[in-house]
Amino acid sequence: MMAFFNSDLGIVILTLLKSLALIVPLLIGVAYLTYAERKVMGAIQLRKGPNVVGPFGLAQPFADALKMMFKETIIPAGSDRVLFIMAPMITFGLAVIAWAVIPVNDGWAIANINVGILYLLAISSLGVYGIIIAGWASNSKYAFLGALRSAAQMVSYEVSMGFVIVTVLICVGSLNLNDIVMAQQHIWFAIPLFPMFVIFFISGLAETNRAPFDLAEGDTEIVAGFFVEYSAMSFALFFLGEYANMILISATTTVLFLGGWLSPLPFAPFTWVPGVFWFLIKLFACLFVFIWVRATLPRYRYDQLMTLGWKVFLPISLGYLVLVAGVLEVFGWLPNV
Amino acid sequence: MIANILFYIVSAILLTSAVMVVSSRNPVHSVLFLILAFINAAVLFLMAGAEFLAMVLVIVYVGAVAVLFMFVVMMLDVDFVALREGVQRYAPIGAAVGLVLFAELAFVAVSWTISPSATMLRLSPTPTDVTNTVALGSLLYTKYIFLFQMAGAVLLVSMIGAIVLTLRDRNRGKRQDVNVQHARMPVDTMRMVNAKLGQGAEIPAPIEEVL
Repeated sequence: MMAFFNSDLGIVILTLLKSLALIVPLLIGVAYLTYAERKVMGAIQLRKGPNVVGPFGLAQPFADALKMMFKETIIPAGSDRVLFIMAPMITFGLAVIAWAVIPVNDGWAIANINVGILYLLAISSLGVYGIIIAGWASNSKYAFLGALRSAAQMVSYEVSMGFVIVTVLICVGSLNLNDIVMAQQHIWFAIPLFPMFVIFFISGLAETNRAPFDLAEGDTEIVAGFFVEYSAMSFALFFLGEYANMILISATTTVLFLGGWLSPLPFAPFTWVPGVFWFLIKLFACLFVFIWVRATLPRYRYDQLMTLGWKVFLPISLGYLVLVAGVLEVFGWLPNV
Repeated sequence: MIANILFYIVSAILLTSAVMVVSSRNPVHSVLFLILAFINAAVLFLMAGAEFLAMVLVIVYVGAVAVLFMFVVMMLDVDFVALREGVQRYAPIGAAVGLVLFAELAFVAVSWTISPSATMLRLSPTPTDVTNTVALGSLLYTKYIFLFQMAGAVLLVSMIGAIVLTLRDRNRGKRQDVNVQHARMPVDTMRMVNAKLGQGAEIPAPIEEVL
């Protein structure tokens, strides 16, 4: 048996099984995140949220999925058909493949690669294409405006996000996500790098086009932005992609700043709990803040969004990077590689 | 075995998409094929063990440069039918230029010699105890630090040049200053009046520009 799993074919099958074991819970998580969002927002706004389908409305995500499946897919006459259909697939596919490197427990990643964090950055920088292609292929003014907005926004916030990641990396001395988590055994990076943590989280909101930075959708100005022409399953893929991206950004925040699967206190009663549990708790906390922010804050104006990205976050993250590098150098805390 | 098959698949996609970049009629499709070519090149890097280069290729070229390409191409709306009008007239000149370039390349290829030190390098084993990133970093920041800094300086200069060329001091009317806005108090802008019936409140002098 072990010999089989060491052969070429065996490795492929094993990886497929691992991916399945990750993707199925992820998709269920995405489905229930939509439910959680509606419930939490309902509670914040003194409503009940979905409560009709199943006990406490728990079957609501599946009812929505069924509804989406049975709707008609409409492809606009002037659209670029191939790209129009490809765009939601790209968005959703990218949101899922990034998970290949996320370690949910010690060594529990499908691919524990040396450049894990760069892989995450690369995949998230590809995410913008799903949106641009959707906006362009729809051949519609609103969709195009939404796509342009979102492209500019994602490119802008990626810069400060990159600097935040570099700051974490000089504290770790490795690009491997496993090493990044293990470097936080003594203290989570969220504490010494608190400003970076905040900037990363806010940039994450902007990267995922979530409120208060959901200008790409901007219901009040450009209807629904880049996916205004989409219907049925193609719309559902965009929708699911957005939520999968939220979970991904939360997982990245957890790994970079909140100590991944490590227990909050490194002694007995806490260390008995399996790491996956801690990972999920931190993930859910991040997701809750995502939803909380959406229910609380109004949408940013576009020029304010750009000002925030380029004139506030970029200088702060750059300055903090230099500061951290200086402190590490002066006190001789630079990690040995 | 699987690696070999994968290599040929990826190379085939890379070459096909590179051809499609020049032959596709729609410029947006061209850019998309270019992106596909980049990604396949990154996969080839990955298969050769250059993981850092592969990721940086995707982050820099696909994530930043090609997005801007795409932006420009989508916004410009170039009429390619009009551009193709003179193709037959200019074809001989184009062919001549192509021929000259091809001849030059052929000359280079014929007189190409491989330096003996290069073959020696191939014989010496690649160190396996350091990762890609560490190896690149320790070379770039020690042996090639001046070249590296020079490259950075060149980029900085070109960036400043681009800003200088495009920056115009447009008078856009009211400028928003967040600090002033935050410092504003209700007293500065608001006046509570008890309006008398039939007389109303007197109209105050316009508040001097508080913004």
